[in-house]
Amino acid sequence: METILEIKNLKTHFFTKAGLIKAVDDISFKIKKGEIVGLVGESGSGKSITGFSIIGLIDAPGRIVSGSINFKNEPLLNASSNRMQSLRGNRLAMIFQDPMMTLNPVLRIDTQMIETIKAHDKNISNQEAFRRCRDTLGLVGISSPEERMKAYPHQFSGGMRQRVCIAIAMLNKPDLIIADEPTTALDVTIQGQVIYEMQELCKKTGTALLWITHDLAVVAGIASKICVMYAGRIVEQGSVDDIINKPMHPYTIGLIKSVPSQNKKGEPLHQIEGMVPSMLELPIGCAFHDRCTKTIEKCKIEKPIETNQSDSRVIRCFNFKDIRK
Amino acid sequence: MTAFILRRSTQSIIVLFIMSLLVFSGVNLVGDPVEMLINPEADQAEVERVIKELGLDKPITEQYWYFLMNAFKGDLGTSFIFGEPALKLIVQRMPATIELALFSLFISLIFAIPLGIYAGLKPESKISKTIMAGSILGFSMPTFWVGIIFIMFFAVYLGWLPSTGRGEIGSFLGVKSSLFTLDGLSHIFLPALNLALFKLSSVIRLTRAGTREIIHQDYIKFARAKGVAESRVINVHLLKNILIPIVTIIGLEFGSLIAFSTVTETVFAWPGMGKLIIDSIYNLDRPVIVAYLMIIVIFFVFLNLLVDILYTLLDPRVRIQGSN
Repeated sequence: METILEIKNLKTHFFTKAGLIKAVDDISFKIKKGEIVGLVGESGSGKSITGFSIIGLIDAPGRIVSGSINFKNEPLLNASSNRMQSLRGNRLAMIFQDPMMTLNPVLRIDTQMIETIKAHDKNISNQEAFRRCRDTLGLVGISSPEERMKAYPHQFSGGMRQRVCIAIAMLNKPDLIIADEPTTALDVTIQGQVIYEMQELCKKTGTALLWITHDLAVVAGIASKICVMYAGRIVEQGSVDDIINKPMHPYTIGLIKSVPSQNKKGEPLHQIEGMVPSMLELPIGCAFHDRCTKTIEKCKIEKPIETNQSDSRVIRCFNFKDIRK
Repeated sequence: MTAFILRRSTQSIIVLFIMSLLVFSGVNLVGDPVEMLINPEADQAEVERVIKELGLDKPITEQYWYFLMNAFKGDLGTSFIFGEPALKLIVQRMPATIELALFSLFISLIFAIPLGIYAGLKPESKISKTIMAGSILGFSMPTFWVGIIFIMFFAVYLGWLPSTGRGEIGSFLGVKSSLFTLDGLSHIFLPALNLALFKLSSVIRLTRAGTREIIHQDYIKFARAKGVAESRVINVHLLKNILIPIVTIIGLEFGSLIAFSTVTETVFAWPGMGKLIIDSIYNLDRPVIVAYLMIIVIFFVFLNLLVDILYTLLDPRVRIQGSN
């Protein structure tokens, strides 16, 4: 299968007044055409920053320091801002976490949808653009889309708004959609529907999906590959099956044990000891070492490098072999 | 909407009534207009004749009753000085003041909004810091002093622009205004700029604050993620959101531009209502003062209504009660 996105050694750092924050620190992964990849991690682990780095919307004081992002064999980090603008919303779309904040409150839905088409196709007629928007809105499960096009965002519920955002992302049939926790702000029942619809849409159009989430259970259901992030690094990546059933990295193991359904009834829920370290003062060595159950001396002084287990399985740990036993 | 306008109109009538009571009694507490009007050497019979003629011999409650009855007929009294209806005097001078206020509002908006947006988008740049420092200067300097400096510099020293009066009046689509002639424009420029300076500064600060807040909203980032051109992000997505507070302030401030353009009108000898009210206060011309204040109240009430309606046009989340 053709590779749509290839990220190599990407580093996105924030030069804040309080100090240097290595929000994304040396991550590499690939997404194939039509593939759904889950990017899992706690808040502040750098998942969203990875998404914004791909789409080229890192706000100051953040900056991509080094590495490469290749999108359909085109290096994005050297691309001009005009080129990035023509890719965004067209070949490369993004869905945000909070649907209540993502749509402009003072513009009608049709305005916000049509501009997405017109930004990339200057010659399209208003009627044609309107027709396409209306059809896409129907596709994501909004009833009587023709009338709803004239509505304002506040006239929609949260779930409906997220569908509108999904429709906007789908409008130009992009090659990749970055979905930044698209179901976190939704009710559980709506969550299921939205996930199902996105999966179907991607299947139909051949769109690849980078699904950013903190919810391992959600991503296990839809993705074919999972990357687990911790403190700005991908600590383990592999196929869903491998990650869920045969996790190797102590952090992934802890994460899977923390899913409530993995626990026996009546027993206290499992939790990973300690706190997520502050990104401003990460420990020397492996960022996870002071919470890890398998720490060896080396973890405290040296940062583990990536080890390839197989073609798709990559892990960043000194002591993982012992875990496997 | 109709129900809303009707309800607001009823409220305004109550406001007007209370205002008339306050203004009428207030004006009657200060000074004695007869002393101002009459020749100091006039004899007692003459003085009494004038008092009777002006209706000042009657008790104040009766005077107020007469005023109220006449006001219902659209007569706000006759000027002691000019011997003409007060309303007519004010209406004659109203166009001059309104055109001055409109033009200064125009000046402040076309400069303030772009400057404010720039300062909000690039808060750390030197230009933005200069703009903000300038805006502090703009509303700390007293209007009359700036007016005098303008006259000194542009009229006396450079000799570019006239310093006093209203220029030639042109007519366009039946509206008569000095804005339609070159001479008129040259006359209005300095007083309008003088009047605009304060507004300019406050709108710059308001626009900057709005920009700083809105630019970090998710929907701005989402618009960028859609590939929308940066110019459209600023001119549509950002501008429409920051206009909401600006319209409110502008609407209310426009009333104060008209009501309190007195200082500028006096400095530049602009023949508007502000100049008239100052002269009337000096001469204790009670009917004109009362009529002026009543008209200003009507102005404010009307502007408030206009702001409320504009608000619903700008912000779809706001719907006037009683309409769908």
